[in-house]
Amino acid sequence: MQKENIIKVLLFFAVAFNVLGVFANNPQQHHEEGQADQESLRVDTKREVKEYISHHLQDSYDFTLYSDSEEGKHIGFPLPVILIDDGGLRVFLSSEFHHGEKVAEVGGDYYKLYHGRIYKTNAAGDMTYDEEHHPTNEKPLDFSITKNVFTILLTSILLLLLFGGLARHYRDKHIPTGFGRVLEPLVIYVRDEIAIPNIGKAKYRRFMGFLLTVFFFVWILNLLGMTPLGVNVTGNIAITACLALFTYLVTQFSATKDYWKHIFWMPGVPVIMKIILIPIELLGTLTKPFALMVRLFANITAGHVVIMSLIALIFVTDNIVLDGPISVLLTLFISVIELLVAFLQAYIFTMLSALFIGLAVEEHDHHPETNDIV
Amino acid sequence: MESLDLALVGAGLIVIGAGLGLGKIGGSAMEAIARQPEASGKIQTAMIIIAALLEGLAFAALILA
Repeated sequence: MQKENIIKVLLFFAVAFNVLGVFANNPQQHHEEGQADQESLRVDTKREVKEYISHHLQDSYDFTLYSDSEEGKHIGFPLPVILIDDGGLRVFLSSEFHHGEKVAEVGGDYYKLYHGRIYKTNAAGDMTYDEEHHPTNEKPLDFSITKNVFTILLTSILLLLLFGGLARHYRDKHIPTGFGRVLEPLVIYVRDEIAIPNIGKAKYRRFMGFLLTVFFFVWILNLLGMTPLGVNVTGNIAITACLALFTYLVTQFSATKDYWKHIFWMPGVPVIMKIILIPIELLGTLTKPFALMVRLFANITAGHVVIMSLIALIFVTDNIVLDGPISVLLTLFISVIELLVAFLQAYIFTMLSALFIGLAVEEHDHHPETNDIV
Repeated sequence: MESLDLALVGAGLIVIGAGLGLGKIGGSAMEAIARQPEASGKIQTAMIIIAALLEGLAFAALILA
């Protein structure tokens, strides 16, 4: 009985592969006639895929869920553009740009979207370029609610609602209800596994607010990056730089006397070494947040690029029957890994922040007998 | 063009180095956990910190490349 089943399965696979083979072979025969044509088409697809991926990694003025540039069809929703130009405030929706195809006229001035940036132009939308083909048009000051800004605001509101609700529960009763029961273990996890071991029982309370905010902010943004909305907030180096800057400032401003002493006058080494160590230690304080910034940015960006490249395999090989399932399976696999990475990066960012803060606030144990000899 | 190729070779070397490092960290952590299963939590935390530091270095180098 079992043997029969196995044979059936094998047969099914054999048939399936044959069918796939036929499908896979047929287009090739067609294409051989116009191979030169095919070649140029393939190069074009590759270029288009590259452009699409780099476009995705950047910030933009609207949410685009689906777009077909050949038919000029775009499905998504616009976001407000806020410009300050000649001392005047200009507010309009990004749909005025028609995805860079048209010039937006606002209050007698004309603006054009060119490669994801807004330039001031004339009514016809003429651009001027320098020798390296960079536009020389004037750029207005841009305070737009872009995709990233919108997502950050959304996340902030979400965090406020979720944790405001949780805090209210603790004031009224003692046990949280609803979604608070999901959040409570996470908060306790951050406290018991990240804050207390790294900062110490005596001082961790002061930094819990910062650590919890960073943890949930990064985690929720990482997870939002996995949705089809196509936001890439934590994969934007400006945003990770800002987060790392907060860690840097919190570390430096909460540092103890001993921390500064170890930077500017390292105890227990010869005087010449003390002088040599000053720039090294100062640089060391900067490399820590720099590593935080690069790690989060590179991890999330790499994840997005890998997922999009795997999907793009279908278009590059131009064979949906054979590559479709492979591509979908690989994408699913990487997506699941990315879910883990989303948590892991939030955890590591918080953990290392706590570690740096812990190093800075640590109370120094004085051993007068041994300290200066070693 | 030539400089780009060299950069790619460099990127490959970085990945090899990072892979070796991660392998060593992971292997040592496994050994340590096998010796002292009750300390697995602490070992995991330390492992992740070192892995994160290594990864940060590797990514910094990759971006420069």
